[in-house]
Amino acid sequence: MSDAPALLCEGLRHRFGDHVAVDGIDLRIEQGEIFGLLGPNGAGKTTTIRVVNTLLPIQEGHIEVLGHDVRKAPMAVRRRLGYVPQQLSIEASLTGRENVAWFARLFDVPRAERKERVADALEVMGLADVAGRLAGTYSGGMIRRLELAQALVNRPQLLVLDEPTLGLDPVARDGVWQRVEELQEATGMTVLLTTHYMEEADLLCDRVALMHLGRFRAEGAPETLKLELGPDATLDDVFRRYTGNSLEEETEAKRGIREVRTTRRTAGRVG
Amino acid sequence: MKSAPLVAPQAVSADSVVVADPAIWQQFPNRVVTFCLVELQKLRHDRTEIVTRAVQPVLWLVVFGETFNRLHAIPTGNVPYLDFLAPGIIAQSGMFVAIFYGIQIIWERDAGVLTKLLVTPTPRSALILGKGFAAGIRALVQVVVVLILSTILGVALTENPLRILGAFAIVMMGAGFFACLSMTIAGVVLKRDRLMGIGQMITMPLFFASSALYPVSIMPGWLRVLSRVNPLSYEVDALRGLLIHSHAHLPLDFGVLALAVIVGVTTASSLVGRLAR
Repeated sequence: MSDAPALLCEGLRHRFGDHVAVDGIDLRIEQGEIFGLLGPNGAGKTTTIRVVNTLLPIQEGHIEVLGHDVRKAPMAVRRRLGYVPQQLSIEASLTGRENVAWFARLFDVPRAERKERVADALEVMGLADVAGRLAGTYSGGMIRRLELAQALVNRPQLLVLDEPTLGLDPVARDGVWQRVEELQEATGMTVLLTTHYMEEADLLCDRVALMHLGRFRAEGAPETLKLELGPDATLDDVFRRYTGNSLEEETEAKRGIREVRTTRRTAGRVG
Repeated sequence: MKSAPLVAPQAVSADSVVVADPAIWQQFPNRVVTFCLVELQKLRHDRTEIVTRAVQPVLWLVVFGETFNRLHAIPTGNVPYLDFLAPGIIAQSGMFVAIFYGIQIIWERDAGVLTKLLVTPTPRSALILGKGFAAGIRALVQVVVVLILSTILGVALTENPLRILGAFAIVMMGAGFFACLSMTIAGVVLKRDRLMGIGQMITMPLFFASSALYPVSIMPGWLRVLSRVNPLSYEVDALRGLLIHSHAHLPLDFGVLALAVIVGVTTASSLVGRLAR
């Protein structure tokens, strides 16, 4: 089990009606890697993640998480996952500590360890001082870090982050990435993330896959992908080469509606 | 940005650090306790609901109950009408709490919390059962308010703590069923406004087609049939038996409510996945 890849996808395909959201993906992520799925909205990143984390059924293909077949053993997979969805999502009418303790219970963290693990997760995310405050009073960056604390309380082997910094200001974004990087270094956990921010993915990820219209257009270490184009190339240049469009342009055009929806939901919840 | 010292997770690559799956008979009670605890924590942070939800039962008991107690218009045998009514109002206030509980699950869907809950190692049926009994916890808080009020109004309630505990169990089961019904509707309509409309539409018929306000014996035939398939009638019957020592069919009442909860949990958990897509 210990040599199994953190994530193995073979021939993954997913449809919503006539629309093919994910169109035949093969992916292997080794344990301890930070892997980034990059691409505009509608590329199929979130659908891929939602199939991996058991939220959506596997229509076609085969997925294993740390050697566990997602179709046959979804509970074993969930127990090994930490998941932070794209949308800021905490229970605003509970305190930060209660939010994390809730997930500790849902992951069956033994009672003897629970208090310490909750405190540790909050401490790592820099929320120890505000743990007794209602989470509804937190800023966007704090909510995101609280969600990371929730996702870490079960000591996941695979941390799945779907656009963890979307909608956050630059300082909050730096804070989130820094914590993720430090955690990965300290624990050796595998991280699968999606992001729009190419320069951040470039700095953080060991390997990336550029996704467009449900397919991988390129995959590899950011340095390798960029070097193929030239010494001064950026990941966005790489994306343009494989798709004919700039990721930044695609993203700006497509994310308008989605971000408005997310912001509205968040405002409705917290306000 | 300066970060806090890294103190938490240890090596996570070895599979041995993962908590083993508890047995199913441990997991369900664990989840139910967890969701009930979270509900109590939420209530502790915002107690206004306890007061606002108490208004209706107070009106039913103080205005409707006191008036009809004097009129002697409803035949309740040797039992004063207020005593007859109190268990009915307990059941009704529990149902009112539970029937709108599906709104919370839609709200959790909109807020993204449900997605995260569905990725924890929690079977969907355990999630629904937990949420159903969490609604029961909210209902119980109302029940305590109604019990205190009834005692003040002179209702001859039982003093036997076991019977009161039995009544609490009945309220939990009744609220659990109605919360499952609400979550089932939530899984079908997927929108808060629609669920509100349907909730409003079915609460009063469920209430009137039960023995909460008047005995089954004075109902017209068609209403009697509806009353017989309405779990609220069995809840009211059990509560009367337990709280005011009236003649009741306790094993049947418990059996029907238990069956209703099982059917409710099965149906709602088969639909909850729709909310996550």
